[in-house]
Amino acid sequence: MRKFTLLDGLVLPLDRANVDTDAIIPKQFLKSISRSGFGPYAFDEWRYLDHGEPGMDCSKRPLNPEFSMNQARYQGAQILLARENFGCGSSREHAPWALEDFGFAVIIAPSYADIFFNNCFKNGLLPIRLPEDQVDALFKEVEAKPGYRLVVDLEAQTIRTPAGVAYKFEIEAFRKHCLLNGLDDIGLTLQHVEAIKTFETKHRAAQPWL
Amino acid sequence: MNAQTLYDKLWNSHVVRQEADGTALIYIDRHLVHEVTSPQAFEGLKLSGRKLWRSASMLAVADHNVPTANRAAGITDPIARLQVETLNNNCAELGVTEFRMNDVRQGVVHVMGPEQGATLPGMTVVCGDSHTSTHGAFGALAFGIGTSEVEHVMATQCLLIKKSRAMQVRVEGDLRKGVTAKDIALAVIGQIGTAGGTGYAIEFAGSAIRKLSMEGRMTLCNMAIEAGARAGMIAADDTTISYLKGRPFAPQGELWEQAVAYWKTLHSDAGAVYDCVIDFDAAKIKPQVTWGTSPEMVVPVDGRVPDPALMSDPVKREGAERALQYMGLTANTPMTEIYIDKVFIGSCTNGRIEDMRAAAAVAAGKKVAKNVQLALVVPGSGLVKQQAELEGLDKIFTAAGFEWRDAGCSMCLAMNADRLSQAERCASTSNRNFEGRQGPGGRTHLVSPEMAAAAAIAGHFVDVS
Ligand code: SF4
Repeated sequence: MRKFTLLDGLVLPLDRANVDTDAIIPKQFLKSISRSGFGPYAFDEWRYLDHGEPGMDCSKRPLNPEFSMNQARYQGAQILLARENFGCGSSREHAPWALEDFGFAVIIAPSYADIFFNNCFKNGLLPIRLPEDQVDALFKEVEAKPGYRLVVDLEAQTIRTPAGVAYKFEIEAFRKHCLLNGLDDIGLTLQHVEAIKTFETKHRAAQPWL
Repeated sequence: MNAQTLYDKLWNSHVVRQEADGTALIYIDRHLVHEVTSPQAFEGLKLSGRKLWRSASMLAVADHNVPTANRAAGITDPIARLQVETLNNNCAELGVTEFRMNDVRQGVVHVMGPEQGATLPGMTVVCGDSHTSTHGAFGALAFGIGTSEVEHVMATQCLLIKKSRAMQVRVEGDLRKGVTAKDIALAVIGQIGTAGGTGYAIEFAGSAIRKLSMEGRMTLCNMAIEAGARAGMIAADDTTISYLKGRPFAPQGELWEQAVAYWKTLHSDAGAVYDCVIDFDAAKIKPQVTWGTSPEMVVPVDGRVPDPALMSDPVKREGAERALQYMGLTANTPMTEIYIDKVFIGSCTNGRIEDMRAAAAVAAGKKVAKNVQLALVVPGSGLVKQQAELEGLDKIFTAAGFEWRDAGCSMCLAMNADRLSQAERCASTSNRNFEGRQGPGGRTHLVSPEMAAAAAIAGHFVDVS
């Protein structure tokens, strides 16, 4: 997994609550058996005016000019600013894959759905929770100032605005450690093979029908 | 020892080790697999040269992409076919039990698992699918995971997770006639919201829950994820035990007795403490219908489409306005005046035999209304289909003008050919009414099987209570 330390990135606002993973990556793209290539289809139904199907050449499709992702000022964004309960619905990891493939490395929102939140960390994406009023303030600033960037410092757990305001964010110690070092969960768990085997033996003895 | 919740018991009996910050390594007993979220995990496992830890814990089935008509022709969509074949090949290569498309045991993973007795009380059950919460109905700890975690379980039989907080949803009293587990689920979500259960594991308890059949309990736990909770659960009791007896994957003989003795301990102790308790009066719950694009946008069938102008929270108001526009609805319209174009009865929420029976009872001797172009009944599994046909339910449906199909996810998410067209309105027994969920531009109203069948007959929503 790629390491995450510090990011100075352009911010893209997505001003809707309860954005579900069906919206982040519609189901027709879930037929793929690969992990990559979902970026061009991220938010497909909102982003394009036609109906997308896997394998389409997205550079030729009609764009929805209203959607922030298509506006010139947000091109190259690496930070997604979103509203509450982001990533609800289906457990599809294709959602973080699509966001990562599109170029996002950080999401900022007041809250996330549990499975999505968890899936982000497995893909080097950092989902940050900030209080509602701070997210609101960020939305106002992004919309007011083209080229708006934020500096996300994982080590220090801060988000710095161009005006020099620093918002502090929380992250679980273990997740932070894994992201900072780009650690692979499976590799980490396999360091405990003996503990798993011991547990398994005991567990099967207690419930031999399993 | 302190009084424990059911969740505490399930959690404590599966902790392998714990990090200082509370992240725990949890052992997984049952790993269900379907074609959509597993190919990248199998590939990852192979690329890293790792082995499957315990193939016997796994049970696989293709459900999302399979056609529900003319199966003899195979899967015509080449991309879908490749995905299903990839699952077949991976399972064959690694010795994982799979029920293939033409096996009578094939079905939606969350219908198939319990039906086979593959979900047992006291287990940890995972699947790369958010509706894995369904299996909590058996007094199991069951939750959906992402594909990276699917690979993690394949390689280590464990998951790294943190314990959630515990919520109890208590439903006391008797349900009115025509009110089902689906209506309880929608009423709960309507009250606590789709994020109300975020960070929680929900235990459903109370006399109304104990009176539910296993099918009803599964319907309810299925939708815990729609309330934001990764896991929903219900204590194991005699209903659970008699459902499981004699099922292919359930223990037999001496082991059965031993298992039953243990399963009887799988309930919350008197005095167990929850982080949050919410009470519902069963008698007050009416049949529910969603009006918007999130399961929390729901009202009783005798209600009206809400007016966004009356909502004080600006984010909520804007969401409601967008939803009404997408749904093509006007504020204050009585729900019973909403006409529909299609009906879908099925899915892991309501594709079980009891659901088929309930819908058939409403449809018996009636005809689907003229304005309804398609009324689809899709059994949750081949075995549900077989049982329904044994009882003659298929005849009732087809005589009334419903289509009777083969098992799969079908129009719950429209990955196969069953889908809504632009602006079509559907009464659906599935679990999600998100934009485009049942087809681009399609408009979904979530209801119970009784409500869906009644809407098919009347052509619009009617109060079945
Ligand atoms: S029936 Fe619907 S919700 Fe259930 S597993 Fe299939 S797609 Fe998912």
